[in-house]
Amino acid sequence: MSRAQAQQLVALAAIWLVLLLAPYWMVPLGGYTALGTRVLVLGLAAMSVNFLLGFTGVLSFGHAAYFGLGAYGAGLSLKFLASSTPLSLASGMLLGGIIGALLGAIIVRRRGVYFAMVTIAFGQVFYYIAFQWSSLTGGDDGLRGFTRQPLHLGLADIDILSNANAFYYFVLLCFALAAAVMGYILRSPFGRTMIAIRENERRARFLGIPVERHIWIAFTLSCFFMGFAGALYALVNNFADPRGLHYSQSGDFVMMAVMGGMRSFWGPLLGAAVFVVIQDYISSVTVNWMSFVGMLFVGVVLLFPRGILGFVRRRAATQ
Amino acid sequence: MTQLLLFNVTNGLIIGAFYVLMALGLSLILNLSNVINFAHGGFLVIGGYIAFAITPYVGFWGALLIAPLLTACIGLIVERILIRPLYGRDPLYSLLLTFGLAFIIEDGTRFIWGPQGKPVSVPALLAQPVSLDLFFITGYRLFMVAMVAITVTLLFVLLRYTRLGIRIRAGTLDLETVAALGINVRLLRSLNFAVGVFLAGLSGVLAAGQLGLEPTMGTGLLMPSFIAIIVGGVGSLAGTLLGGLLIGVASGITAVFLPAASEAIMYVLMAVVLLIRPRGLFGEEGMMT
Repeated sequence: MSRAQAQQLVALAAIWLVLLLAPYWMVPLGGYTALGTRVLVLGLAAMSVNFLLGFTGVLSFGHAAYFGLGAYGAGLSLKFLASSTPLSLASGMLLGGIIGALLGAIIVRRRGVYFAMVTIAFGQVFYYIAFQWSSLTGGDDGLRGFTRQPLHLGLADIDILSNANAFYYFVLLCFALAAAVMGYILRSPFGRTMIAIRENERRARFLGIPVERHIWIAFTLSCFFMGFAGALYALVNNFADPRGLHYSQSGDFVMMAVMGGMRSFWGPLLGAAVFVVIQDYISSVTVNWMSFVGMLFVGVVLLFPRGILGFVRRRAATQ
Repeated sequence: MTQLLLFNVTNGLIIGAFYVLMALGLSLILNLSNVINFAHGGFLVIGGYIAFAITPYVGFWGALLIAPLLTACIGLIVERILIRPLYGRDPLYSLLLTFGLAFIIEDGTRFIWGPQGKPVSVPALLAQPVSLDLFFITGYRLFMVAMVAITVTLLFVLLRYTRLGIRIRAGTLDLETVAALGINVRLLRSLNFAVGVFLAGLSGVLAAGQLGLEPTMGTGLLMPSFIAIIVGGVGSLAGTLLGGLLIGVASGITAVFLPAASEAIMYVLMAVVLLIRPRGLFGEEGMMT
């Protein structure tokens, strides 16, 4: 095993150790387990955005739509279909993914800043739908009246509703599954092709790669992950919020990815952790939290465009 | 029924005129500098509030001229300090920066002027309806449309006949060549940004007279402006003009038959245009990137 590989393995073990022990070190540090659960879910969402942004090189600024669709899908399934947690996760993922696949087919016709613009505009559609169709979605108040259900595992039931630690580990398991699938895709020949498109789209085209179709597949996959994360988020809150579909939420996801480091797999999770903690803190001390979040955006763009991990790596490389 | 339809079409045209003014500014900045200016709605709000603040001293007509100019000056400073360092980089960064800036502006106006809306009075001359039958056509609305028409005409004259305008258009097509010909591209981008922000400020002043002032008013107008640009065709200002009016009227007409869908129709229109003609109504083939 080479040194770099060993280092990677150690880092990976450290990440999982930190995540596995989170309920035990977070509380003494003044956090609470639910905060850890939120970081995991939002981190997964940021990783899904980064699947497109960092590894395919196309910027979707409307991914909150698929996140929100996942949340509404899960909520509606729990409320009207059956009180089953796994089913709600599947419905949320399918709703986000299928709608993402349909819209993606239109969206991938544009590239660059116009891709970003079209994704923003299409994302807003669902915000308006959730807002207007209040008989189904609860409108401005959001979708209420559902709760996550205990898991029936044949031998034993696991109460993820009232036991915060049990729920954290359930979310961690879901997160681990999604991250494993994502990592597997990125290592496959398809994942390598995505990176080739990011590095040089024209050359990829010359090699005979159907660029549009690959970007569409990447977009669709990312929407499935996004829908899954959204469904988890609905379970976290027992509530689906129309503001979770708004483009400002998309901006937060992109920011998490950029802040953590777009070029790395784990960067967005780190970014989500930092972002959630900062936002949580600022909104508890000042009513002008919007200004501070805005300044955070400006500051990161001007001072740390490569994100935390990019910054650290660069320091390590120059020393 | 006819009157209701007429009422809504007029409404649509007027709101469409706003979209046009916003979208033209956005489009100018997008075409030359490849920057999606998320703070454009913020500049609209700044324009409106500056007009509100200076009207007691300079009157409505003075504010109409001075407020957009001051907004443009603020835009110039913002461009110089915050956006200029990002020109060489991925457009992602300017997008995130202006996104954060929009937050700061919205919160800042709320901090200075309070979260409640501010009523804005227009000169008595403009406040009366033109006729009793067509009660909805007030003098102010006619005035707004006239102002938009004049501004758009002036903008097109500027772009067509002045040296600055010709350089902006040339820069849109090929900035590198323009730079190689010895033109100061940095200055060109700054001036172009200022012109775009001026348009946002002007729409802010005009919107204040019609809708009143609120810190959040810019965000609502931003999305339709994006759609106007996409529908009209990126890179074409004439397309943006048409796109803005089109979605304004479309949402006006939809409001008669299915009020809940009056927002959604714009997105439907955009999806249809992208399906049939991905480059937009007036977009040129070469501008696909």
